[in-house]
Order: sequence, then structure tokens, then C-alpha cells
Amino acid sequence: MDARTEEFIAYVQDGGQVEATDWLPDEYRQKLVKFVEMHANSELMGVLPERDWILRAPTLQRKLALTAKVQDEVGHAQLIYRVAEDLGKPREQMFADLLSGKSKFHNVFHYPTKTWGDVGVIAWLVDAAAIISQKALLKCSYAPYARIMKKICWEESFHILHGRDVILAMVTGTDAQRELVQEALDRWWGPLMQFHGNPIARDEDPMWFWRIKSQGNEEARQQFLEGYVPQIRELGLTVPDPKLHRRDDGVWEYSEPDWDELRSVVTGHGPRSAERLAFRARFLEQEKWVRDSVLAA
Amino acid sequence: MRATELLQIADDELILGWRDSEWTGIAPTLEEDVAFSSIAQNEIGHARALYELAAAELGTDADALAFDRAPDEYLCSPLVQLRLVDDWAKTIARRYLYEQADRVRLAALMESGDPEVAGIAAKMDREEVYHRMHAELWAARLHDEPRFRDALEELQPYADAERGTLLPGFAELWEEMTVVRRSAPGAAW
Amino acid sequence: MGPRLGVGRVIFEVFRQEKKGQPFAHAGSVEAPDAAFADAWAREQFGRRGESEGLWLVPRSSIHAITEWADEFDLKYRRVDGYSIKERLRIARDRAAADR
Repeated sequence: MDARTEEFIAYVQDGGQVEATDWLPDEYRQKLVKFVEMHANSELMGVLPERDWILRAPTLQRKLALTAKVQDEVGHAQLIYRVAEDLGKPREQMFADLLSGKSKFHNVFHYPTKTWGDVGVIAWLVDAAAIISQKALLKCSYAPYARIMKKICWEESFHILHGRDVILAMVTGTDAQRELVQEALDRWWGPLMQFHGNPIARDEDPMWFWRIKSQGNEEARQQFLEGYVPQIRELGLTVPDPKLHRRDDGVWEYSEPDWDELRSVVTGHGPRSAERLAFRARFLEQEKWVRDSVLAA
Repeated sequence: MRATELLQIADDELILGWRDSEWTGIAPTLEEDVAFSSIAQNEIGHARALYELAAAELGTDADALAFDRAPDEYLCSPLVQLRLVDDWAKTIARRYLYEQADRVRLAALMESGDPEVAGIAAKMDREEVYHRMHAELWAARLHDEPRFRDALEELQPYADAERGTLLPGFAELWEEMTVVRRSAPGAAW
Repeated sequence: MGPRLGVGRVIFEVFRQEKKGQPFAHAGSVEAPDAAFADAWAREQFGRRGESEGLWLVPRSSIHAITEWADEFDLKYRRVDGYSIKERLRIARDRAAADR
């Protein structure tokens, strides 16, 4: 390894940050672009499970709140793609790689949303899991990415409030409404437990090595469980994992998540992966004329 | 009579906002997607304010007016009912035609002897300034695009058509719009 | 730096003022064909929740960046930490006390 790279590593491991115009080691740039791209893809694809429910929202306030939430996700995609673009990868190329399956997006966005219960669970718990990961990026060694994370985390906090409010309205409502929430939770718990990824030892985690993330996968999952299992249980809901419990030392034990399912889903074999990518592709194709002829020059 | 007039505008704004919100996540660029979604939200916000005013007069609430009427009780114009989500040129054409007509309507409302109505109209107009800017920006960009000129021609009759005429697609729209709400009538969401 | 863009597309850097009187700080960027579109888009992307008092949109090409400096001869007097006031003050106080 050359001296310049060694110096860079020492610098970022000491808490130093770099800008778009600084020299970056090739390995750092590659890992960073891949990570940022997957994040952007996830925000973009995360729109699709939820947008149908905008059309079905049962009150004007819920319709507005859900539209604003989905709008935020599109906005996040814009912010994050811009970061990757300034690292040298054009937006069109990133869309092409997403649609061809060459690049990936997070597991949770490959699953169907079946009821209004899903709307609540996603806004409350999926976004909570996501915000934990996002907070771990606030001190990212790559400063342009760290800076947009502040806006992203601020906006996500609205989503969690909205999700919790949706859930509370239902668990204090009719038996049928309560059942919608429990049923949605039963379906989403598996993907939620897989969301933060399989545990990687810190000294084997490149994201920690380059100080892109300040938190490992297992640490994030533990933080999620610590924060949200009590909240779930205090509403009288059941977490569908009989092995889930908190040890005296504060560590949560749980049934081993299905890592095969995670791998399969993230490589494009989830229940809605193909359909959603096809939907994206269709609209990108249909509006190509707008981008090519109208937005140029 | 005042309630009826309010419902006409509210229904226009609700259904147009509903149609415009169909573009959330799939607009031609990410930047435009965010901006267009704000327009849709503003429209729903206008609808809500008008429903609230009408609701006070009719002894009900805004959500009941927005969702709980039968399809044939809606008073929106045919133009806003069209499902145009596959077609950006038509979508912009509709926004452009709607803003032209709405400007005239709002100007009249702002002159209303009814201070509550005039007040809401003035607020709406201040937000519409940006909707008009957006529509004009796109109309200028699309000026030489045959798709856009064709769209304007095709949609003009809908803009001129009798209010309260329900197009074939409306029943389907209403079904989807009310499916969750109808699943537990009277429940809080 | 500078990604490959479609012909005529411009990157506008967005500077945001959170409250009156505060500086405009860099908040991100939007890609747009011209300033009018950048306006329509940036106002929603960076202000839809009323979180911004004002925005400045500047084409990236208009920004002249400075990131390197030369201070080879260590001209400390130009910086506050160049003076060892504490030490001199101690000596002066001790002398004044001794003189009394």
C-alpha cells in the first residue's frame, strides 16, 4: 500500500473528513460509490411500496402526510444520487445498473404492502430501522454525504411520528383495525430483522475501516430492538419471535434471521423485485423524451 | 347555495390533487417529482380548507364531504377526472388549462362579499402563483412539442364541459379513494 | 470533478439561510436546464417545510473555489495564537508587585 493511501487511512480513522475535490484512494472511492448508490436506489425504490396507498388514504390528513413522506423519499434519492454523481457516476448509468440488477436496493423494498396496517408499520418501524443506519452516516468520512444525512435524518423523524400516529389510531380503534396492525407486523418482522445485514466483526467491516459508517450491523440491530420492542409491546402487540428477549446485560437475543432470504431478495428474487423494477423501467422509458429533448439545452 | 359552490371548487381541487399525486415517485426527473408533489399537496390542502368551510355550514366534517358522498354527488369538472398518469404532455396540458380557468374563478372569489370565502381564496391564490409559474415554465418548454399541442387540443373540450358530468373512470377512482375508509365505516384512522 | 451531463444541463449549487441574519450555507445541488427550473425545483427540495428563510442558487461553473494556501515562513503574528501574552503578563505583574 502506498504512503499516500496509508496517510489517508490514518486521517479518516482519526475522524478526518474529505471533500469531492480531494484525492481519494481508488478502493475508498469504489466502496463509497457502491454504498451511496445502493442507498439512493433504496430511497427511489422505497417509493413504490407506498405510493399506492397515497391513493387509498382514509382521511385528508393521512393523504397529505403520506404524500409528504413519499415526496421526502424522492427528495432523498435526489440528494444521494447527486453525491454519487459528483463522485463520477452519471445518474443515467445508475438507473441503468439498478434496472439491470447490477446494483442493489435494500431488502424491505422488495416486499408487498397489503393493507393500511403495512403503511403504519413501514412508516414507524422500517423508517426507524433506516434512521438508525442513517444516523451512523452523520460523521461519514466523506463530507458531502455526511452533510446531506442531516437533512435526511430530520425529514425521517417526521415519518416516524406519522407512522406511530397511524399505528396508534388503529390500535385504539376497532378490533379489525388492531388486527391489521398485528398482521402487518407479523409479515414485516422477518425483513426488519434482516434489514441491518448479517453481523460483521468490526475489524472485518470495510465500512468501518474507511469510516464511512460509524456503527456495525449488529450494533444497529441492537439499537433498533432496544428502542422499539418495548414500544411495540406497550401497545399490546406481539413480536412474532418467541426467542426474542433482553438479557440482563442489555443484549437482545433473537431467532437467527434468514440470511438466505436476505441474499435471495437483495439479488432481485424478492416477491415484488421484478415487478417494481419493471414499473420503474416503464416510466423511465416513457418519459425519456422529456429528459432528452426538453430538459437538455 | 354557498355550500354547493364551495363543493364544486373543493371537488375540483381534491380530484386534481388526487390525480396529480399519482405522479409521486414516477415523474420525469427526481427534481420535478418533488416539485410536482408539492403542487398536488397544495391542491389537497385547498380542498380541505374549502370542505371545512362547507362542512361548518352543512353540519358535518371535511373528511365526510371528501370521502363519504356517493360518486354521483361529486361536482368536479370532467377535466380533473381524467387519468393522465402515463402521459406527461397531457398532464402538463391539463395543469395549464386548469390554472387558466382557476385564475378567473379565484379572482371572482377574492371579490366575494363573504369574508371567509374571500380569505381562503386569497390564500389559495398566493399558492397558485407558484402553480402558474410551474405550468407556464413547462408550457414554454413544450411549446414546440407536437405531443403538447395535441394534448391541449384534446383536453380543451373537457375544460369546457358541463361540471358534474362523471366520466367513466370516476367510479373506479372513487372506489380506490375510499377502499380503506369504507372497510371500517365511522372508524378513526 | 464534474459528472457527464446531458447537453445544456447545469448543476446549481444551493445555499440556504435557515434564519434571518444567519449566513447562507451550502445545502446541496440540483441539476436543471436553467435558472427558472432550478428555482421551481430548489424551492421545494430545500424549502417545502418552511425550513429556509432564503436560498441562493449559483451555477457550479460560477463558483471559484480556493482550497490551497502558502504560509512557508510561519508568519504567526497574523494569527491570535502567535503571541505569548500569558508569559509576559506574568512577568509584568510580578515586577509591579515587587515594586510596591
